Amino acid sequence: MNGVLEHLSQGFGVAFTPLNLLVAAIGSFFGTIVGVLPGLGPINGVAMLIPVAFAMNLPPETALILLAAVYVGAEYGGRITSILINVPGEAASVMTTLDGYPLARQGLGSVALSLSAWASFFGSLVAFFGIVIFAPLLARWALAFGPAEYFVLMVFAFCCLTGLLGSEPVKGVLAAMIGLAISTVGVDANSGVYRFAFDSPNLSDGIDFVVVVIALFAISEMLQMLEHVVGGLSVKVPKSGRKLFNFAEFRFTLPSVVRSSLTGFGLGVLPGAGASVASAIAYANEKRITEQRDPDAKFGRGDMRGLTAPESANNASATGSFIPMLTLGVPGSGTTAVMMGALTLYNITPGPVLFDAQPQLVWGLIASLLVANVMLLIMNVPMVRVFASILSVPPWLLVPGIVCVSIIGVYSINATRFDLLLVAGIGLVGYFLRKAHMPMAPLILGVVLGNLMEQNLRRALAISDGDVVILFSSAVSVAFWVLSLGVILLPPLYRRWKKRSLLPEIAE
Amino acid sequence: MLSASLAFTRRLPGRAFAAACLGAAVLASASVAAQAEPRRPECIAPAQPGGGFDLTCRLTQAALQESGALKNPLRIVYMPGGVGAVAYNTIVAQRPAEGGSIVAFSGGSLLNLAQGKFGRYTVDDVRWLAAVGADYGVAVVRDDSPYQTLDDLMQALRQDPAKVVFGAGGTVGSQDWMKAALTAKAAGVDYKRMRFVAFEGGGEGITALRGNHIQAYMGDAAEAVTTLEGGAPIRILAVFHSERLPGRLADVPTAREQGYDIEWPIIRGFYLGPKVSDADYQWWVEAFEKTMGSEAFARLQAQQGLFPFSLTGPELDAYVKEQVRQYGELARSFGLVN
Repeated sequence: MNGVLEHLSQGFGVAFTPLNLLVAAIGSFFGTIVGVLPGLGPINGVAMLIPVAFAMNLPPETALILLAAVYVGAEYGGRITSILINVPGEAASVMTTLDGYPLARQGLGSVALSLSAWASFFGSLVAFFGIVIFAPLLARWALAFGPAEYFVLMVFAFCCLTGLLGSEPVKGVLAAMIGLAISTVGVDANSGVYRFAFDSPNLSDGIDFVVVVIALFAISEMLQMLEHVVGGLSVKVPKSGRKLFNFAEFRFTLPSVVRSSLTGFGLGVLPGAGASVASAIAYANEKRITEQRDPDAKFGRGDMRGLTAPESANNASATGSFIPMLTLGVPGSGTTAVMMGALTLYNITPGPVLFDAQPQLVWGLIASLLVANVMLLIMNVPMVRVFASILSVPPWLLVPGIVCVSIIGVYSINATRFDLLLVAGIGLVGYFLRKAHMPMAPLILGVVLGNLMEQNLRRALAISDGDVVILFSSAVSVAFWVLSLGVILLPPLYRRWKKRSLLPEIAE
Repeated sequence: MLSASLAFTRRLPGRAFAAACLGAAVLASASVAAQAEPRRPECIAPAQPGGGFDLTCRLTQAALQESGALKNPLRIVYMPGGVGAVAYNTIVAQRPAEGGSIVAFSGGSLLNLAQGKFGRYTVDDVRWLAAVGADYGVAVVRDDSPYQTLDDLMQALRQDPAKVVFGAGGTVGSQDWMKAALTAKAAGVDYKRMRFVAFEGGGEGITALRGNHIQAYMGDAAEAVTTLEGGAPIRILAVFHSERLPGRLADVPTAREQGYDIEWPIIRGFYLGPKVSDADYQWWVEAFEKTMGSEAFARLQAQQGLFPFSLTGPELDAYVKEQVRQYGELARSFGLVN
């Protein structure tokens, strides 16, 4: 423990140099902006700044601090448009729209922004302590996950998502199926065969996740907004006087924040999962847990716990994804993969010896993660006022503005016109799906999870030559099977038990 | 692997000045004879930033600047999709005459080209310009693996192909898979009985190896060196090249030394559009020849983890066409194409 404190103080020594503090502040701010813009996520932000960092001749730890601050900042920024206009700023904020947007519609936009900033901060804080205390141990946890274990984890994620289906389960399942279908497009990562690519090289790598998110959220949302405006329906939002959440709301959401932070961190450490999966599982679990205890829970209609759960989880996951990068030399997320590329530019190879070989770099980075988070929390308080004013922008300006930014975001992925046609097409389909009250979240999660689930199942079966026993052969997978069964079976059992225990009282 | 270009860029100010002076001197002497530089020179990396194609472009960007062969800065443009398929189709169909646009390719692109995965275009549809380096296949196991030599692995494979699960960062039919299939073939085992797991990228594969989910990983030398330097407990059994590699892998025997005839080079280089003028083509060939002859280039290349492999113009053209023909035969023998 003493060793840890010593390392940490060394780390803060690095983080608190004026240059590194400045860099962390700039990175946090830039990251927030990148996160706010739909289509641009942390990966784009980090990739944009790598050449800048080198051109400015920054030492490696400063460059890494800059990139890490951008990454964390983007996780904060992504929530802003999710809450205010129902358009997720980046992939991991999809779940934030579910309750964040209804809250904004109820005039609680500023409260939702400040509350989610706090939830994000808490998630990062949990992950920070997790890194400091457990990093080497957790590396072993990540290694225990082979294809079979990842497959069972995805099964667990899908089981959790059954809780999201709500009052129209058939539509929810259909939406998830559409998502799964989209995820099969492109080269099959096992056999190398092109599926549903129709001989078009533009489809050979599949449909990019960002294209789907932008189409289903930004484009179809804008079409719907347009319809309301043309139809003369008011899109006015009641003004809220309060900018900050109050103590009652803090206490109300605290259990969900703590639980979701731990979930997010545990999943962030796994190189194959990531913030999108983490926020989905955290949201679904929170919904399930609270709805059993609290009959007044209104998840999906503006419950604050439904806002804080995904936000704390995606930040905890983003911070946790540094563990496999620093200890194993394996990126825990797409963004850390780009950051590793930056490290190798400095002739630094992440891996097991990095903690010993470059302590000032590793601990400086870890300390800076905390510093950046504190800065972001402080920065977000005045920012709430600025961003909340988006709500008072008239639709004739807001709608085209969002469409423009989204289109730029989509074009920046592959720089092909084909993606623009694709985003328009999927967006139009999404608009009709929305009119049919098809939920969008299961669809998106189908896209994310479907690919991971299919590829890992097939990898596992390739290892065992088709023998399904491999899916039950390790302690980790058995544990996740049990958890999956529990998630499916416990809520109905619990309801029945509750009904039975209530019956005698009614009889009296 | 990225190390080279960055190390260079970081020291840019002083060096840029030196390069500029050098460039000016060279230009003054050569400008009478030499062609005009193609307008708006750009390097198309047909992938997302950070991958192998990006590295090839960065290496070239730094080297062309340092040698003074290119006066204007070389812009790097990303055009991801299908291991280069999108870029290939774009260049052939939409931008065939742009003399300033060089496009990066790798052995993996040639293999896909040979299997008809680049759409309707063939190897004859572009102008092959220059190869700037090569990487070589390696077989990797865990440090504590029972297989201490390539022969141990081969014996185990012969006894029971189900015992050894191969993993790699590419799909069936990719160059990573080819390395596994050739290894099985060298052991006298039918490739259809080989167990092969495709991961997305090398990182996932190496992690699975370290977690003992797979027993052998088929990777590339440059990647293996980086992993070793990171301190990962892995052992490299063999290099798939005709001779030993320099540097850190000098102690690793080739497959041939151990009695198995497996060679797998992966070249990296550039092509131009089919309708680029002979003058522009010739200008680039000369620029690359001049650059690749310099000592600075060798240093940059080594920093990138690439091994020397220089071919330009007609020689490269002949090499690429022969390579694609061989890849086609190999793919047919493994039942990948009809």
